Parts: sequence; structure tokens; C-alpha cells
Amino acid sequence: MSAALGAQPLVDVDWITRNLDDIWAATAVHARFTVIPVLAGLAIAFPLSLVAVRYPRLYGPLLGVAGLLYTIPSFALFVLLLPFFGLNDLPVLVALTIYTLLILIRNTVEGLVGVSRDVVESADAMGYRPAARLLRVELPIATPVIVAGLRIATVSTVGLVAVGALLGFERGGYGAFFLDGYARDFFTPQLVGIVGCVALAVVLDLVLVAVQRGLTPWTRVAR
Amino acid sequence: MDFVQQVAAWFADPANWTGPSGALARIGEHLWYAFLAVLGSVAIALPLGLWVGHSGRGTAVAVNLANFGRAVPSIGILTIAFTALGFGFLPGWIALTALGLVPIVTNTIVGIQTVDRDVREAAEGIGLTGRQVLTEVEIPVALPLIMAGIRTSIVQIVSTVTLVAVVALGGLGRFLVDGLRTQQYPEVVAGALLVALLALLTETALGAVQRAATPRGLRRDRSAGVAPGPPAVTG
Repeated sequence: MSAALGAQPLVDVDWITRNLDDIWAATAVHARFTVIPVLAGLAIAFPLSLVAVRYPRLYGPLLGVAGLLYTIPSFALFVLLLPFFGLNDLPVLVALTIYTLLILIRNTVEGLVGVSRDVVESADAMGYRPAARLLRVELPIATPVIVAGLRIATVSTVGLVAVGALLGFERGGYGAFFLDGYARDFFTPQLVGIVGCVALAVVLDLVLVAVQRGLTPWTRVAR
Repeated sequence: MDFVQQVAAWFADPANWTGPSGALARIGEHLWYAFLAVLGSVAIALPLGLWVGHSGRGTAVAVNLANFGRAVPSIGILTIAFTALGFGFLPGWIALTALGLVPIVTNTIVGIQTVDRDVREAAEGIGLTGRQVLTEVEIPVALPLIMAGIRTSIVQIVSTVTLVAVVALGGLGRFLVDGLRTQQYPEVVAGALLVALLALLTETALGAVQRAATPRGLRRDRSAGVAPGPPAVTG
């Protein structure tokens, strides 16, 4: 066991109580850097998914491009966006938005394509125009699959935000705690960061589950 | 000089490629770290996934770990390992190995557990023992998913090696960390391009290997070009 491990208590409760304000501030930043990219990602992925449903031939290439972007490591993508946006929040926000696209496009398309043909034809027979059919029939049925995508995207984004601290402590949420703890050989901020990330992910996940139940009350009965 | 030209000039300068801190040496380090971590991940995750998948024990724990494990930042695991164990390659190796476990474990569990019930019962019916069911039936049927998990894990590890430069190790991340510190932005962007290229090449090469290794009859449903299941979480 190394000196660093033996020399300090695993959790310094005193540090936590003294730094509650900083912990809350980091939580708020981490939440903001998660929620904005996921919402922006949905705003981009949704119209692209509609196009892919309408023109299935575009679906493969669209997923391919989103998959390629997804493969770029986050530190590299943050840095590659620096020349375009400058050293501010945007490179991190834009990169995190890009990462949500693969999951959101895939789930939105699969959700919409999965709507049973009989349902679509019934809606047509009832006189729905395509736009109204999408909004009132197909979209509600696809909602559980789309929300499932949002849940994966949200939890993944929580895990990616921290690297943003490498572009400045004010941009990485809990990421600053990891780097600070490393610089000072001090566990407590790092453990707070890990627990904070998981807790934030669980809370945001619960919010999305609640949203889905609100939007699709019938799925509660089915379960 | 225009920024793009500065980046191009960085690539064109042979001094940036050779020597112990040149790009070639850094690529070598990067792949070497990744290789060692992949060995560790496969050695631990494969038996674990097979055991959980076959016995059904601990499935709920594994699935939840895999889900909310995504929220745990790689940079957190990495810096904690170095705070705990001090400097050296060992903490880096442990952290990278740990980060590579999840995709292999989950894909192996899912692969084994989605083996058709009838197939498993037939195997038991003709008198195969539990171990034989695993090696003769479950593993071969689950193999494509297991391989997809290993592929995801490799890409994820190659990505995450970029971050070990933050904790003073080598690899391509050095260009990003050192360049940011000294505000040499052409070097930073050149390094980031190399990192992105290495990750994309790894993904493409593994995809080609997997396609070549898949029997012809099983290839059709992969036409979208994206592996089924949750994609890699990049570092």
C-alpha cells in the first residue's frame, strides 16, 4: 500500500462540510453541461430521424456518420473544436451534443419504424393527414423507445462532461475535483466527484422515467 | 500564418515525428498501453461474463453496473488510481483495464442469456453437462456478441489512453496536454487529429476483422454497419 493511501482517511468529512458550496456549484455546472447537449442533440436528431424514416436509404449513411463522430475520443473532439469556437463553453457543449446523435437518431428511427403497419393504416383510414398522424399516433407509440435513447444519452453524457475540466476547471463540473484531488494527492474530492456523477445520473434518469410515464400513461397499465 | 497552415507545417516537420517524444514514438506508446490494458480486460471480463451469463447469478447487479457505470468518468477512475498508487504505469494499467471490462462483461452476459431456450434444453436433453453446454453451445452461439463487446472495449481503451497524459504518462495525449499548457495550439490540434485518426482506424480495422471472421450466412443483418447494443463510451 503506497504512502498516499496510508496517509489520509478515505473520506475527509470535514473537507466535504467546508466545501458544500463548491460541491453544489460543480453539481449545477455538471447538470447544465449534461442537459443542454441532450436537448440540443434531440433538437438535431429528431428532424434527421424523420428524414431517415421518410427516405430509408439515408438511414445507413446517417448512422455511419454519427458513429464515426462518436468514435472520436472526447478530449480530442473538445480540442478540435477549439479553433472554431475559441476557449469557452462551446467546444465542450458542441462535442457533447455530437455524441448524443448516434443514440438519439437510432432510437428515434427504430421507435417510429416500429409502429405497427395496421396502426398506421387505421390512422390513415380515419382521415389523419401525415403530419397529424405523426404527432398524434406514431410519436406517442414511439415515445418509450425515444425516451430509452434519451436515458442512455443522458447517463453517457454525465460521464463525458468531466473531461471538459481539461479546458478549464469551470467547464468540467466534477472534473475539476478529479484533477484537484490528483494534484494534491487527496482522495475526498475525487470520491465526491464519482458519487456526484452517479447520483446525478440516477436523478436525471428518474426524471426521464417520470416524463415518460406522464407522456404515455397507457404503458403503466401494460406493465 | 493561417492556423490550418500552422497545423500542416507541424505535420510536415520531421522533427515532430522522430525521437523519443516524436509522434511515431507516441503512437507506439499509445498502442502498447492499449494492448496491455486490452489483455487485462479480456482476461478478467471474459470468465466473469461467462460465469454470470451461464449461472444467471448477479445478472441484475451486472446490468445496473453497466448502465450507471457509463456515468462514471474515465478521468475520475484514472486520477483516483494515481492518487491511490502513486506514479508509474501500474495505476494507469489498472484504470484502463477496469474501464475496458464493462462492454465485454455485458455483451458476454447478454450473448449467453439470449441463447434460445429450446437450444439449451436440447443440449441438456442429449446429456451434455453444464460445462459442455457452455463450451459447445452457449459460447459458439454468443460469439458474435462477445466479439462485438471486445471490439467496443478495444476502441474505448484506445480512446481513453489519450487521458493518461494527464497523469504524466506518454501516448498521443501528451501533445494535447503539453500543447494546452504551453499554448502551442497547432501542436494541440495536430495531436488531436492523430488521436481521432487512431481511434477511427482501430474501429474500422476491427470492423473489417469481425466481418471477415463472420460466416457468410450471418452477415446480412449487419448491413447498417453499426454493432447492435449500446455503442462505446469514448474517454
